Amino acid sequence: MATSSNQYRPLLLQGPSPGLRFLLLCVASILLMVLDHQQHHTRSLRAALSVATYPLQVLVNMPYSAGAWISETLGTRSDLMEENARLRNQILNQQFQVQKLEALQAENNRLREMMRSAAEVAERILVAEIRSVDLDPYRHNLVINKGSRDGAYNGQAILDAYGVIGQITSAEPLSSRAILITDPSHATPVEINRNGIRTVALGSGDPAELRLPFLPNSTDIQVGDLLVTSGLGGHFPPGYPVGVVNEVLRDPGKNFATVTARPSAQLDRGRQVLLVWFGTPRSSQDLVEPEPET
Amino acid sequence: MRLPPWQFWLSLGPALTLALLPLPPWLSAWNPDWVALVVIFWALNYPGRTGVGAAWCAGLLLDVMQGSLLGAHALAMTVVGYLTVKLYLRIRVFPLSQQALAVAMMLGTYHFVLFWVEGIVGGPAPGLDRGLAIVLGALTWVPLQAFLKSMWPRIVKD
Repeated sequence: MATSSNQYRPLLLQGPSPGLRFLLLCVASILLMVLDHQQHHTRSLRAALSVATYPLQVLVNMPYSAGAWISETLGTRSDLMEENARLRNQILNQQFQVQKLEALQAENNRLREMMRSAAEVAERILVAEIRSVDLDPYRHNLVINKGSRDGAYNGQAILDAYGVIGQITSAEPLSSRAILITDPSHATPVEINRNGIRTVALGSGDPAELRLPFLPNSTDIQVGDLLVTSGLGGHFPPGYPVGVVNEVLRDPGKNFATVTARPSAQLDRGRQVLLVWFGTPRSSQDLVEPEPET
Repeated sequence: MRLPPWQFWLSLGPALTLALLPLPPWLSAWNPDWVALVVIFWALNYPGRTGVGAAWCAGLLLDVMQGSLLGAHALAMTVVGYLTVKLYLRIRVFPLSQQALAVAMMLGTYHFVLFWVEGIVGGPAPGLDRGLAIVLGALTWVPLQAFLKSMWPRIVKD
């Protein structure tokens, strides 16, 4: 820190020329970009710096968490009772469905055993909260409040109550960054629930649209078809809803049909997401042991 | 080595916070580049200690917080820092309107470098939205520099 006042305002610069420093730092930046683009080479640096900037994330998020807390605390008795009744109803409904589900799952496992195929892998979930942090406006990213300390890992699938949201791109110690399925650089392996046709759903950059560009004109696909994860990439657990087909254009002049789908998950709403552990990451489903490592 | 004064880091904190502020999507393209503005301010008023190196650090922090390619903002910010340090004697004596114009040029360069990096990496090519951020950034410059000068008048008096 400067001690005398004339040190505060140098009229002419001293020391090594800024031109040299500029060149060195430019080279350093380009080197970093190359290393980062090849992935995984700069993860520890990113993790260390992210811990330093973590307080700012919390600070930015604070008005939103405070607002939620206030509205919860000051909620009137009748509002709370109404909500309580609604939730009770919902639980009753869902428990009813779960009863059926257990019987179906048992039956499914028996059938799979009969066909000598691997049993479905058990899954473990953890609820995480989305931080209100604005990232690059041209990317579909988000930050969640669970990180590698909670066991999150790169490539982990993220769901919400309605479907697949995306996957973690960088698990930092205290928080994680995730890419949404609608990001233009993201592709989700899916299958059509009705007939099992496999394809890939690409992000479009529009939070309400997915594109399915690799379907020939003759494919059996209709408006309203549900797309579920096929689990083939090894990143997403199989069988979770990804989107619903909302447009099928078959142009005889083109080889492929123009198919778009609307994501099932509420990508632009909601605060809670689910992190899913299933089997071991990056391995084929059939080689996985029945119980996940915890 | 002469490190930037603590006031630089102190003003960088709010700038990074403002850059992360959650805004509705249509507004978020309008969010001026607060960090770049603060870097320009310090490079202009204190070029001896907050020049290229400080700009690089600020850009790297922004990269980490935004989750963008590590080094992209750092490179763009370094270019801005270097230009400012090179031209600070001239820009300082400009009237405020011309100063805002010079800042707009700097922000233009900043976005050009970012655009260029994204083009090489193959990211989504954003449209004309960046122009809005540049114009709004130049307009923000006028109150922002007045505010920062009033915060630390002893350091940055001219």
